[in-house]
Amino acid sequence: MKKTRYISLALFAAGIVACQLIFTALGTDYLLIQLTMSAYYALVVIGLSLLMGYAGQISLGHAAFFALGGYLTAVFSTNQLQEVVSHEMLTRLSRIGIVYSSDAHDALYRLHPALSLPTVIIVTIIIAIIIGIPILRLKGHYLSMATLGFGIILYRIFLGTKVFGEADGISNVAPFDIPGFFPIGGESSFRVPNYYFAWFLVIIALVLLLNIIDSRVGRALRAIHDSEEAASAMGVDTGRYKLIVFIISALLAAIGGFFMTHYNAGIGPSEAGIMKSVRYVSIVAVGGMANLWGCLIMGVVLNYLSLRGYFGSYDDAVFGALLIAIMVFAPNGIFKKEIFDKIRHFVSRIPCRFSK
Amino acid sequence: MPIFEVENMCRSFGGLKAVDGVSFSVESGQIKAIIGPNGAGKTTLFNLIAGSIQPDSGAVTFKGADIYALPPHKIAEKGILRTFQNIKLFPHMTVMENILVGSHRKMRAGFLQAAFPLPWTYREERDAREKAAQIAEDLGIDTLLDTELANLDFGSQRVVELARALAGEPEMLLLDEPAAGLNIHETLQLSEAIRKIMEKGITILLIEHDMSLVMDISDEIIVLSYGKKIAEGLPAEIQRNPEVIAVYLGTDNA
Ligand SMILES: Nc1ncnc2c1ncn2[C@@H]1O[C@H](COP(=O)(O)OP(=O)(O)OP(=O)(O)O)[C@@H](O)[C@H]1O
Ligand SMILES: [Mg+2]
Repeated sequence: MKKTRYISLALFAAGIVACQLIFTALGTDYLLIQLTMSAYYALVVIGLSLLMGYAGQISLGHAAFFALGGYLTAVFSTNQLQEVVSHEMLTRLSRIGIVYSSDAHDALYRLHPALSLPTVIIVTIIIAIIIGIPILRLKGHYLSMATLGFGIILYRIFLGTKVFGEADGISNVAPFDIPGFFPIGGESSFRVPNYYFAWFLVIIALVLLLNIIDSRVGRALRAIHDSEEAASAMGVDTGRYKLIVFIISALLAAIGGFFMTHYNAGIGPSEAGIMKSVRYVSIVAVGGMANLWGCLIMGVVLNYLSLRGYFGSYDDAVFGALLIAIMVFAPNGIFKKEIFDKIRHFVSRIPCRFSK
Repeated sequence: MPIFEVENMCRSFGGLKAVDGVSFSVESGQIKAIIGPNGAGKTTLFNLIAGSIQPDSGAVTFKGADIYALPPHKIAEKGILRTFQNIKLFPHMTVMENILVGSHRKMRAGFLQAAFPLPWTYREERDAREKAAQIAEDLGIDTLLDTELANLDFGSQRVVELARALAGEPEMLLLDEPAAGLNIHETLQLSEAIRKIMEKGITILLIEHDMSLVMDISDEIIVLSYGKKIAEGLPAEIQRNPEVIAVYLGTDNA
């Protein structure tokens, strides 16, 4: 089991490198932009796969967590900061180094990048706990309803607040610039390193999640999914486990949104919309829920196609239709052994048909 | 000093008093059977003890500590593990994994240690697997360890459930009709297994309809009828008790 995991990881990494080499060689390395963005979306998807597939909970608010990470860092690293913090305060903070003013734009104060990511992480954890804590006592569809409400509220806040740029969102977000490291942003000279950085994050997240799944904790999660009553009778604190998984998946979404916003130099309210959340849910459903690899691959493929504009103006409709189709025809996703067996069976019978 | 005590336990569903003021105690290492006609409240009593339903009133102590109305995982942490009358296993997991869930309370690796494994996490996992394999061997299901649960016959599923509970090294075991649905041969194997469990000093509460099994292995017997305890005593006494005989023959229509 362990061995196949490393083989899969190696193949996956090889695929990432191959894409870069091929696109660069062909002179089409602008395609790496969408692949980089797909990587950040993939973070949301694999976190949601853990939540849906292993803890058996559905979140209809993961786009909101993604947007939360993005919007917070957008405010922290643009003029929007002056909307919420007074000028005197900013100058004072800049003296102790918490806030700094970049040399390029004299008037622009930004939160130090070493602080912005931890702040996003802490805020996300707090919000996830507040939304998630009733899971400890309530059963059933509590979380999907609560996250749906959270998603709608956050969307309205982003859309209606001046700090968040209202309908336009926030643009001109500066790159995420840790000293001594290349800037995480959309600058074309850093396109390739940014591509590798994004996929590096995905692989790290993937390894950590696979570790969790292959452990006592992952076993407990699958047990909860199969029979909550039996799992708790064996000492599994089911509420706590579900809450922690929810926090982890919310964190991955927020981190994805954080880097995506720096990479795109901006974020808009549509990232927080319900249709985006439904999209993540449908990708996880297509990928087979409790199948991290399946969800990851579907996440990359579908997001890439969508970002390249293959679905045109039917973008949201495609994901909605996909969700319905999966629920009706293949509720376990498309990466199921039965389905491959069926195909193999079908293919193996073709010669017989001809020989008759 | 009894290891386990239940006092005046009550629980109604609507107007039905499913468990009505039941009190009893169990000595350490003892095997106590709970018998009674269908619907007498035996399973409900187990559910109340194990925390899967909330009692209306009463008191429960285990090893001197108050465990009344604790949630199920807390009860399990205290060392009381159970099996279910209508088997509740994890159908999408192998037999080995099912048993390993039983070891949950004896292991330590949480989310962080799982994500960033250290040598001791691997050691813990390996030891748990060895222990699970040993338990499976003791119960004669070692050839089934890698089988998906869905492919298991009923009798083996009962044994897996027992193995899962044993993997948690319980101090007290609640067995709800472990022989139900087993054939004569399997029932004999079961009573053999229960004897071995007792040799380890594990205290057992046993609900069972199979009278020969009950009379054979239990130290003491409690009889429930319509939620009330109507008798308690040694197997021989219970067999002679006119009230018990009346309940079982259905002549008790006062
Ligand atoms: N969750 C519940 N809601 C409503 N009524 C219940 C519930 N659980 C049990 N009962 C009722 O309580 C009574 C006792 O049921 P219980 O399952 O404890 O009986 P039992 O002694 O285990 O019977 P059996 O030998 O058939 O397993 C029954 O009348 C049953 O219908
Ligand atoms: Mg019962």
